[in-house]
Amino acid sequence: MTRESLLVLRDLQTWYGESHILHGVSLDVAEGEVVTLLGRNGAGKTTTLKSIMGLARHRRGSVAFGGQETVHLSPNRIARMGIAFCPEERGIFSSLNVRENLTLPPVIRDGGMSLDEVYDLFPILLERGGSVGTKLSGGEQQMLAIARILRTGAKFLLLDEPTEGLAPVIVEQIGRIINVLKERGYTILLVEQNFRFASTVADRHYVVEHGRIVDEVSGNAVSSNREKLEAYLGV
Amino acid sequence: MMEILGIPAPVFLGQLLLGAINGAFYAVLSLGLALIFGLLNLINFAHGTFYMLGAFVSWLGLRYLGIDYWTSLVVAPLAVALFGIVIERTMLKRLYDLDHLYGLLLTFGLALVIEGVFRQLHGASGQPYAIPSALSGGVNLGFMYLPVYRAWVILASLVMCLVTWLIIERTKLGALLRAATENPDLVRAFGVNVSLMITVVFGFGAALAAFAGVLAAPIYSVNPIMGANLIIVVFAVVVIGGMGSIMGAILSGFLLGLVEGLTKVYWPEASSVVAFMVMAVVLMVKPAGLFGRNA
Ligand SMILES: Nc1ncnc2c1ncn2[C@@H]1O[C@H](COP(=O)(O)OP(=O)(O)OP(=O)(O)O)[C@@H](O)[C@H]1O
Ligand SMILES: [Mg+2]
Repeated sequence: MTRESLLVLRDLQTWYGESHILHGVSLDVAEGEVVTLLGRNGAGKTTTLKSIMGLARHRRGSVAFGGQETVHLSPNRIARMGIAFCPEERGIFSSLNVRENLTLPPVIRDGGMSLDEVYDLFPILLERGGSVGTKLSGGEQQMLAIARILRTGAKFLLLDEPTEGLAPVIVEQIGRIINVLKERGYTILLVEQNFRFASTVADRHYVVEHGRIVDEVSGNAVSSNREKLEAYLGV
Repeated sequence: MMEILGIPAPVFLGQLLLGAINGAFYAVLSLGLALIFGLLNLINFAHGTFYMLGAFVSWLGLRYLGIDYWTSLVVAPLAVALFGIVIERTMLKRLYDLDHLYGLLLTFGLALVIEGVFRQLHGASGQPYAIPSALSGGVNLGFMYLPVYRAWVILASLVMCLVTWLIIERTKLGALLRAATENPDLVRAFGVNVSLMITVVFGFGAALAAFAGVLAAPIYSVNPIMGANLIIVVFAVVVIGGMGSIMGAILSGFLLGLVEGLTKVYWPEASSVVAFMVMAVVLMVKPAGLFGRNA
């Protein structure tokens, strides 16, 4: 790899109570890259993101971000290093309207998008600003969940299945947005089960199975590895 | 003499006023309880104790340090908030990962201990606290006599509730609080120090209770069990309003006070249980409470 790694996971192990979920995940994400975690339901993709974010607290091994070890830090400290998280369930707050949801995450450093830029990318959010956050459609909620972490100045995004359950047009739109973000220098670790979608946006793919990384495929090798990937994902 | 619904007007309005005053205390107390319940998921059994402490700090301050009522109105809530913060940091904090029952038990035990200490030191009988001279006397409204201090209590409570509500519903800080109440982990993942927020909210809830206690000191006698008597009804208020609902807590606080006042007029024997009758009915008809989100 020519570019320097921004995020380095080494032998990451995570527990939920007594259950041992991650059994030593190691991966690298270079600055400016879009990398996906592919894998079946329950493979440990979300847990990997939550472990990076510190939301899965009981973890061991090494998670280095920008050369700094974070495995012992709390989520708010990790977030302040410049990592932002968009959860699988989207996490739109029902007691906040769209505008409040959008401006909720505090700006942690310079270099984030301005509110105008965000509205340029997601015009629907300006239109629906006064609505209750959870009254939006699934696609709009997903847009909101992505949009709100772009203002903070965090340049490393963890996106957990942003296309899950959405109509093809919306999936396409999210794909375009991810490409725009990439052009703007964001680094993205993306969880996906839809590898056709993943192959349109990502530089590399890791395959997660039973809490381990079992394979790595580069973006341009997806078509030649199609059968293997389909087998991993059970599609 | 003028009558309202078959009752002499002054009697009727007098009871309504008493009801409104109780309602003011219910509102301020249940507001703090609801805030704490929302963010900490804690049923704070020590809330009545904070109210009692507010009244006692005020009384002790006047008696031993010459701190007047107006200063007490600021100092007592601050002192009790500080006490609450110490409790949260040193004890409650350790229980967040455990079943909610432990927090309830801890605060219940704390309430018993603190009340016991005050009973030991000051006896169970009440200590009088004089109404500040600026608020003594009353006005004859023609149809009834309105003591100034009582009007002040209602006004001060209303303003306190309204300001708190505005902060929660209309400010950035309030939005963070609402969000953290819904999903604290996600708010942490946005870089917010939710633990600090929890501490501040617990302190603020304690301060609100103490504020009510200072207001109450000249009306009720200052005694160690003044909070224990009140807090049971306040729990009913919180349930009626909808656990954790801010507006619900405020409105049902005032509402319940008035309902109690009216019950005193028409069916005095029932006035001490009417709160629980209302609670039972509300739970049957709308289990999430009048203003609660249905789960
Ligand atoms: N809070 C939890 N407590 C206990 N076990 C959990 C918890 N969350 C997830 N698990 C378990 O951990 C394993 C990995 O879950 P995870 O959510 O990381 O999977 P995933 O790859 O994201 O799956 P999906 O594609 O369904 O989102 C699963 O077996 C799941 O049942
Ligand atoms: Mg998942």
